[in-house]
Amino acid sequence: MIISTIAFYLFAAMTIASAFMVISAKNPVHAVLYLILAFFNSAALFVLLGAEFLAMILVVVYVGAVAVLFMFVVMMLDINFTQLRQGFLQYLPIGGLIGIILMLELIFVVSGWALSPDAMSIGASTASASSDLTNTEQLGHIIYTNYAFLFQTAGMILLVAMIGAIVLTHRQRPGVRKQIIAKQVGRRPEDSMAVRKVEPGQGV
Amino acid sequence: MVEFWDIYLLPALIIIGEILLIVVPLLVAVAYLTLYERKVMAVMQLRKGPNVVGPFGLLQPLADGAKLFFKETVVPYGANKVLFLLAPMVTFILSLIAWAVIPFGENMVLANINVGVLYLFAISSLGVYGIIVAGWASNSRYPFLGALRSAAQMVSYEVSIGFVLVTVLLCSGTLNLSGIVESQKGSLGLLNWWFIPLFPMFIIFFVSILAETNRHPFDLPEAEAELVAGYQTEYSSMAFALFFLGEYANMILMSGICTILFLGGWLPPADIAIFTWIPGVIWFGIKIAVLLFVFIWVRATLPRYRYDQLMRLGWKVFLPFSLLWVVATAGFLVYFDKIPA
Repeated sequence: MIISTIAFYLFAAMTIASAFMVISAKNPVHAVLYLILAFFNSAALFVLLGAEFLAMILVVVYVGAVAVLFMFVVMMLDINFTQLRQGFLQYLPIGGLIGIILMLELIFVVSGWALSPDAMSIGASTASASSDLTNTEQLGHIIYTNYAFLFQTAGMILLVAMIGAIVLTHRQRPGVRKQIIAKQVGRRPEDSMAVRKVEPGQGV
Repeated sequence: MVEFWDIYLLPALIIIGEILLIVVPLLVAVAYLTLYERKVMAVMQLRKGPNVVGPFGLLQPLADGAKLFFKETVVPYGANKVLFLLAPMVTFILSLIAWAVIPFGENMVLANINVGVLYLFAISSLGVYGIIVAGWASNSRYPFLGALRSAAQMVSYEVSIGFVLVTVLLCSGTLNLSGIVESQKGSLGLLNWWFIPLFPMFIIFFVSILAETNRHPFDLPEAEAELVAGYQTEYSSMAFALFFLGEYANMILMSGICTILFLGGWLPPADIAIFTWIPGVIWFGIKIAVLLFVFIWVRATLPRYRYDQLMRLGWKVFLPFSLLWVVATAGFLVYFDKIPA
């Protein structure tokens, strides 16, 4: 199909271009918006591969939640742009060095990449046996049948990370007056009201 | 050439025709929803509502639209122009593209995709961008505060909407919206719809879509008493109109989703001859109109929530409750071996 080929090159080019704009945009809010564009185009690439579930999850999780938080933080930053650009040359050597090291590491990892034969056979068997199932069902079968323990472990690690982040950032501030709804709802007229008979000329 | 016509051009033209067939009635519905809202609220407040333009005020929405169209678009001096103009378009377009997967009747759907529910969830989670970008690009205090509030609000209520969707998916066993409606088909008619076994979820979903569409009593992003008009403060003319249309189209969309998930979509309320004669689209429309009535009713009745109470309701009440209900539903289905194949 020629149209899907054209679509692939379009979305791929857009992904790379917007990813480049993320790191080169001067305004951080624009950078986040380009990041969102990159996520969108990657989701479109997933759709072209026939992985519609992954595409939707990518949009829901990354665009709908993660990028909103980025946006939230970045919008509230008070940035002086001229000051930001001053240190560019000063930090260029060390930044470039870190970039090169990361690049080399990636090359080592990718060149030494090998899938275990077990994983290959599992993937092949599930994909061939259930080709009439929908995308979602196939993923469900693989995650919850073949990799149930790994999946649960990943969930536990994320839970621990979440609790850790909350514990680290939680502050107990004394002296803050909070609304306690249960207390408010639990109030009775007899606790808070008194009916008095006021004699004329005497007051309460 | 003939081949090119058959394979590419003709299907494209058919799809464009179908899109117009959805979008044009939708925009008319949005226009008349504003009139519906004003009339219903007028009756609730013992007023007459719009009754001057046309018979019974029926031409009022057109007059309003024409008025907005001929106003001048003002872009504030300090605004980020591109984003300022992009934001209303994003809101409007997002409110339209979600309709691609909504089944109006049996086989009456533009794109019958297998991940329909996720698609809707994804699109509705994007709605926050129109507002947050508008608030930031306006370069003004009130819109910015409104946008921040709205972002926090929409993100919080989406979580419980997600859990409500999961319970419905557990019961119907499919992510396809037509499949969800089909799963509510049965000899009992309206008693087969999911709103009976999942009644608490139905209520949570309805309250959450009120918050998701920034409607009363959760319309804090545009709380006029404290924020002028929230994120819309700097907008005028068609840019404002696009926000307005987007918001009302979203209300119809959310009512439609609620109808599909809980009220049996296009299915008639009973399997009796006189009900089955009426086409499914009409039933779908009637159910949406009833839910929209509740939207307006709530607006005319309830006072606005305070911001911290809104957050408390989302995170401390709805989230734990819906999570518990997901676990309970899953446990019930597994224990009684009722999981749909």
